[in-house]
Amino acid sequence: MEDTNKKTKKNDSSKIQFEEERYTLKKTNPAVKVVIIVFLVIWAFINLFPIYFMFTFSLKSNEEIFGKNVIGLPHDWLWSNYSSAMKTGNMGLYFLNSVLVTVAATAITVIAAMMATYAITRIKWKMSGLTNSFFMLGLTIPLQASIVPVYVLLSNISKKPVIGGIFGINTYASLIIPYAAFTLAMAILICTGFMVEIPYDLDEAARIDGCGLWGTFFKIIVPLMKPALSTIGVYSYLQCWNEFMFANVFISDSVHRTLPVGIKALSGQHTTNWGPIGAALCIATFPTLLVYVFLSKRIQESFIAGAVKG
Amino acid sequence: MAKNNTMNRKSGKNWGQGITIFLFLLPALLLFVSVLIAPIAVSLYRSLQDWNGFSEGTFIGLSNYKELFTSGSIKFTVALKNSLILAFFSVFVQLPLSLLLALLLGRKIKGERFFLSVYFMPVLISTVVIGQLWLKIYNPDYGLLNRMLDALNLSSWKHVWVGEVGYALGAILVPTIWQYVGYHMLLMYAGVKGVNPDLREAAMLDGATNWQVDRYVVIPIIKPIIKVCVIFAVTGSLKTYDLVRILTEGGPFQTTEVPSTLLENMLFLRNRYGMGSTISVMLIILCFAFALLISAAFKEKEN
Repeated sequence: MEDTNKKTKKNDSSKIQFEEERYTLKKTNPAVKVVIIVFLVIWAFINLFPIYFMFTFSLKSNEEIFGKNVIGLPHDWLWSNYSSAMKTGNMGLYFLNSVLVTVAATAITVIAAMMATYAITRIKWKMSGLTNSFFMLGLTIPLQASIVPVYVLLSNISKKPVIGGIFGINTYASLIIPYAAFTLAMAILICTGFMVEIPYDLDEAARIDGCGLWGTFFKIIVPLMKPALSTIGVYSYLQCWNEFMFANVFISDSVHRTLPVGIKALSGQHTTNWGPIGAALCIATFPTLLVYVFLSKRIQESFIAGAVKG
Repeated sequence: MAKNNTMNRKSGKNWGQGITIFLFLLPALLLFVSVLIAPIAVSLYRSLQDWNGFSEGTFIGLSNYKELFTSGSIKFTVALKNSLILAFFSVFVQLPLSLLLALLLGRKIKGERFFLSVYFMPVLISTVVIGQLWLKIYNPDYGLLNRMLDALNLSSWKHVWVGEVGYALGAILVPTIWQYVGYHMLLMYAGVKGVNPDLREAAMLDGATNWQVDRYVVIPIIKPIIKVCVIFAVTGSLKTYDLVRILTEGGPFQTTEVPSTLLENMLFLRNRYGMGSTISVMLIILCFAFALLISAAFKEKEN
């Protein structure tokens, strides 16, 4: 059976045409297709509904949410929920904190990862493979592994004058540095994928033109790594923006809170008033969804990159 | 080759290059060693101590580890059991669902990109937001779930979902599984898309149905990715923290504690930093052990 099929495929092109038509015909069992589509649509609904619910209740008063209009669109669009989340919940400040921490951690990760990857993939030396494996350990190490020593270290630094206010507990640096460290392994992995694609002839040409290793790095490699930048950027953004454990443990004052910790605090204060909580949830989620609309492919790539190597 | 020759010709240049390499690696090494490697070493050392975080700490050998598994008041066995239940449901409910979605989307279905993007959306949202959202769904008085049951005349099924022993763990399970279906689906989908279309076509010309193609052609090819997903699902379950902290705080009566929430309790409620380190070390060991075990199991199957 197999043999005859292969033969027909090779010899008789009109026969193939016929075969293909037959199998497309067989494939389109309308009932099965409908079931599949219905299933996919239902699952899409299950994924979208909570987000829709979040958005609508962020614009409703308690009477609407607790009354008859639980899942419908809001009758009165109560944008005041957003201003009260900003005012009483301090979401504006937490938003800026999140932006600051995320941007700083991402910048550090990108710089450190690019430099390290350059040394590992484009300079020939004996231990480069081993160094790479060493960094790849970071992919499997859980955040929990370092939380106790880092917390104790931060508390000790806090007692010291001057640097305590910069690097101790309740500082931006106490989140920025750990975040950068924990995204580093993935950043190096993504960077490697992009950097080995750049032709090595470029390095040699640069060398002949009198560029040293630094010159080659800054003038040749860095400009060509822009696509890698956005992939690492979105990965790092998602890690830092959403991180909760370190933020919850290392930050105890209300000035340096990031959005996830701020939301937890807000929901503790406003247990009965749902509108502002919904507004806070939307404020924390909206930037991510916006980035996703424009960069969905990049975001998906950055997640796949880690798993392929595993 | 050519580069190697030039390198060996002058040892002075070699030294210079060594320093340059070191400088290139320096930022990454500093971060990596100070935040990951050194703390793990410290955790390992402190896990053998009775230590409150401030004093010197006294060496007590493996007593912490022993206490972790034998003492009823620490609840580590409960926590471990909970995360293993989570792992079980992740592997046997979440992953099959992800696989099914990935296979269906791999069949060039209309709206493929749309579905893919929608299914992946929950992964991007902060677990804290997801947790808060589900708190609103679970709310005993005004929550969607109980009100839906009311509307369906099933009021007797209503519960204080996150507050009742026996339901609280389930209330954590559902959002966790829901949120990450899309993540595993994306990885598997990438694998499915990587399967050579000729193989699929050839099998179909031989009269195989779509399901048979998936079962006998696609799944065996994407097995390495499935392995990675199983590893991620299990280690992810061991590391769970956010949703538990938001939904139940480990309650009621500490029945939904997971290792990470216990770890935090050791620091802030009990001042037992030595024991906290022990839990950290146990988590690292468990994550690596499960990863190796799962890899081995997949190899065994191949043979």
